[in-house]
Amino acid sequence: MDTPPLKKPARKAKGAQVSLAYRLAVTSRTLAALFGGYLLAALTSVCLTQWLPMSRADAVVTGMLLSFLAYLGAVIWCFACRTAWRAWFGILLPAAVLAALFGLGRWLS
Amino acid sequence: MKEGFRQAMAWLHTWIGLIFGWLLFAIFLTGTMSYFKAEINRWTHPEIPVRSVPAAASMERAQGYLQQNAAGAPRWFISLPDDREPALEVMWQAPGQEGRRGFMRKSLDPQTGEEIQTRSSMGGEFFYRFHFQLQMPHPWGRWLATAAAMLMFIALITGIITHKKIFKEFFTFRPRKGQRSWLDGHNAIGVLALPFHLMITYSSLVIFMSMVMPASIIASYGDNIQAFYADVFPSTNGAKATGTPAPLTPLMPVLSAAQGQWPDGTVGRIVVNNPGDANATVAVFRSAADSVIHDNGVALIFNGVSGALQTSPTPRSGPMLVSGAMYGLHIGEFAGPLLRWLYFVFGIAGTAMIGTGLVMWLAKRQVKHAKTGVLPLELRLVHVLNVAGMAGLMVAVAAFFWANRLLPVGLAERSDWEINAFFSVWGLTVLHALLRNGRQGWREQLALGAVLFAGLPVLDVVTGGDYLLASLQQGDWVLIGFDLTALVTGVFMAWGATKFRPVAPVVAATADAQSAARKSRQPDIDNGQLEGEVN
Repeated sequence: MDTPPLKKPARKAKGAQVSLAYRLAVTSRTLAALFGGYLLAALTSVCLTQWLPMSRADAVVTGMLLSFLAYLGAVIWCFACRTAWRAWFGILLPAAVLAALFGLGRWLS
Repeated sequence: MKEGFRQAMAWLHTWIGLIFGWLLFAIFLTGTMSYFKAEINRWTHPEIPVRSVPAAASMERAQGYLQQNAAGAPRWFISLPDDREPALEVMWQAPGQEGRRGFMRKSLDPQTGEEIQTRSSMGGEFFYRFHFQLQMPHPWGRWLATAAAMLMFIALITGIITHKKIFKEFFTFRPRKGQRSWLDGHNAIGVLALPFHLMITYSSLVIFMSMVMPASIIASYGDNIQAFYADVFPSTNGAKATGTPAPLTPLMPVLSAAQGQWPDGTVGRIVVNNPGDANATVAVFRSAADSVIHDNGVALIFNGVSGALQTSPTPRSGPMLVSGAMYGLHIGEFAGPLLRWLYFVFGIAGTAMIGTGLVMWLAKRQVKHAKTGVLPLELRLVHVLNVAGMAGLMVAVAAFFWANRLLPVGLAERSDWEINAFFSVWGLTVLHALLRNGRQGWREQLALGAVLFAGLPVLDVVTGGDYLLASLQQGDWVLIGFDLTALVTGVFMAWGATKFRPVAPVVAATADAQSAARKSRQPDIDNGQLEGEVN
């Protein structure tokens, strides 16, 4: 199991038990949260800006205003899901959907 | 599954809080002080007299001064004196110089129009700038501060998720129960001021959003980012100078015309673009104290030669109002005295929430090492950073104010020396925390801070008593208010110091044994000796 909280008792019992795999998993989650989360937030703002029926400047401001909520959600997901692989999957899949949505919007306009 | 989720969030809350706690503590403390930036400025520049001069008259003085001293400048900035800032501030961009360095700034006496000869000091501006730039080169400080804000936001939300019985346990406070009390205090402060914490954290992200989240600007505007700023800040579009000289219109009538447009408002800042050119414009901004919504993009634009009104601001759209309101709520310029104090108290609550969290993290882990009294290196490091990051920072803040009064007025680069004093003292507190044992580190730094803060009023009377007396005779409470706040801070720190009495009875024996053992060998920092840390 690589859920962070479950690992902590193991660390107390035996230092060596904090396996390399666990450390890598936490690092991987952190990277997913940091960079994947930013990517998702940026794509959310871009898509909102594109699809919101507002003037250009208003849509940009709204997109930026709400992007941090997407970042928050992404970070929570990265540390709440069961494995580090799921963390990446849960970030990259919606990111791909948003990117496709943005591409579609570009193509339509 | 549900319990697992909460545990994961508690884990995230703990580690974000630990790693960024010290930085956030410093940001919160200096930010809280910045609500009284103007008042701190008054104290650090006691030479600036308080005079109520009609706005129109001081406008004339400003124009006279700038025409003499900043004739070729591409832009002038004039801030009229108000209730909080008694000086007439003028600023101009030196001709032919770009960027921040090219700005000249002077404080004028609104009555005479002369430069005020005051000691050179950053004053409240230093803490304000540190709050979001962290004394780092542009733009790294702003990036780091905004990243810390995002982590603070995550820590807040995960904290709420972790704290399951948020309302039921709200009235639970178990004093004098060691770790429990820290937890209860942390929770009570967190919940009580939660709306403030959420507002202040989210709004700090909004303030720098176009810097940290520019993807949508680039996607919509492409290379032409300037077009976005032109849309968002329509009033700051400076027209290019034609090169044909033309005398600038007298600014006094412009001011009264602007005042006429805002019957219930006051004029804040005036920007003159291309003064002395045929294409000059005068932008008049409303005072930030007038409205919750902070909007740098809305101004009345007057023709700089004829003095006629050129454009009035168009009403702002919803998203602009929302972001402006968040900005305004964060900086609290609209707040009157009572609300300003409330901001201050909430700011302290936020700072205390971070501080209690950091103390709790260590207290929980220290318990396991109580018997040996020896802390592992990482816990020792956290302890040192706790002491220097909290008590030490307070000592450094006090040192800044002492430097303000003690450094000779004629010293070259005086304002830099005040800042040097701040950082040197802060650095020394790290050293001190490394060298002194556990509770003693806390005790001594808190006691030093108490002496320095409680001594500030005395220092003020000795070095600036005339100014203090003069301000009191005018019924002006700012200087004495600062001194009283410093005194209360000192008393609070002294109370804190008494909480870290050197010997807790139960541990006395072990502590003695340890100190005896230590005498026989070189004190080794890496060994992480820590005595009397049982509480």
